[in-house]
Amino acid sequence: MIEIHNIHKSFNGKTVLDGISGVFQTGKTNLLLGASGTGKSVLLKCIVGLIKPDIGSVTFDGTYFTNNKLDIRQEIRRKIGMLFQSSALFDSMTVEENVEFPLKMLTDMPKEERIDRVNFCLQRVGLEGTNKKMPAELSGGMKKRVGIARAIAPNCTYLFCDEPNSGLDPLTALKIDKLIKEITEEYNITTIVVTHDMNSVIEIGDNIMFLYEGKKLWEGTSDNILDSDVPELNEFIFANRLMRDAKKVEEDEEKQHFK
Amino acid sequence: MLQNFGKYLLFMKSLVFRGESFKILFKRTIDEAILIGINSIFIVALVSTFIGAVSTVQVSYNMVNALIPRSTIGFIVREMVILELAPTITSIVLAGKVGSSIAGGLGTMQITEQVDALEVMGINSTSYLVLPKIIAALFVFPMLVIIAMFLGLLGGYLAGTVTGQLTAQEYISGIRIDFIPYNVVFALIKSFIFAFLISSISSFRGYFTSGGALEVGAASTSAVTHSVIAVLIADFISAQLLL
Repeated sequence: MIEIHNIHKSFNGKTVLDGISGVFQTGKTNLLLGASGTGKSVLLKCIVGLIKPDIGSVTFDGTYFTNNKLDIRQEIRRKIGMLFQSSALFDSMTVEENVEFPLKMLTDMPKEERIDRVNFCLQRVGLEGTNKKMPAELSGGMKKRVGIARAIAPNCTYLFCDEPNSGLDPLTALKIDKLIKEITEEYNITTIVVTHDMNSVIEIGDNIMFLYEGKKLWEGTSDNILDSDVPELNEFIFANRLMRDAKKVEEDEEKQHFK
Repeated sequence: MLQNFGKYLLFMKSLVFRGESFKILFKRTIDEAILIGINSIFIVALVSTFIGAVSTVQVSYNMVNALIPRSTIGFIVREMVILELAPTITSIVLAGKVGSSIAGGLGTMQITEQVDALEVMGINSTSYLVLPKIIAALFVFPMLVIIAMFLGLLGGYLAGTVTGQLTAQEYISGIRIDFIPYNVVFALIKSFIFAFLISSISSFRGYFTSGGALEVGAASTSAVTHSVIAVLIADFISAQLLL
């Protein structure tokens, strides 16, 4: 379980996060939902310690993280797996080396065991046999899967995903969402996903936190999100639906055109 | 500027603080040494051979007094190559080649979140990425400078004898006149200093890149500019202090 308390963050006098508190449950897919520029990624980076909040604290399973001793923070960080928006695969390494990297750096596993674990993780994300490929040879969706394999390789307790389906087609995005949810439930980990995609909300959102202009405006589940009385959230949902419908019309028109 | 210098010092401090294991550091340093060394040999060889050759031709052109023996040309070329041209020009060439590559590589890693990925795993990204580059440069630069010295003198020999400016015997006796071994030591000390400046400044510029591809390009350019300025200033100070 991850708890955040009263997180504030400003950049050059501009407030990006304004007193956000909340709890992210273990074994659940927790979503940070909001339009672009509302501070979702900044909040995620504050939680994992890539950005230091101005005020506020983060606790991982009861252990204080923000401003704690470096050893303790390192210990917690070693339990964190993160999927970045750009996948952040090391482009000078093969797929196998990328997934093996945290095992090599953070554990004393012998080489054979590491390779077994890499093969297991790649199989788990549906990418068996791609070991020797370079990241440049992979599609966007495959890169995200390798990112997930790398994140889960060292048996992470906390999984963070920053817009896991950005830049992906709807079908691949759906597959990635399902994979994240399956992994969360299978390994009983605490997962936080940053997204602005309503498809993800409906598919995987066990617990949803809606951010607007750096503030938490709403919290709930995918079952009750459509009943919310927050105008900003309703507007967001409506805009998403409009965009989805527009995309569908565009795709239908393209299909007609090629027929 | 003062703020940047402070940031640079803190960056240097972070290299040794919370470092990786010796095994990992050693392996990464060897990898970087191969990248810096092997990839730079050709350009260093080309530049130093031609510099030696051009120096011989130009010194010979200015040496018109019949009272000065032709072997003096060899002597002057040796002093120029060992004291200044091999360490400084090689370092300036390497600032362009290695410096831009270091800054571009780190800048790209920064904007594609690869540096963040390391940090999230609990790995000190500066000690993992930057320290091996600096150590490798400290080992490789002096070796490249020794190669540059040898090829510079060889270039001078070839240019002098092929164009008939002086005989092989005159050149060889010239480069042996009043040889001071300390000059070679001085050149190696300079190359050591330049290696540190180029690798650390380029790493600093690359590591703190933010934005996109345009900023990576700007970081590479500024890495080369700042490294060259630092090399020239250090060249003057070291000549003043060590000679």
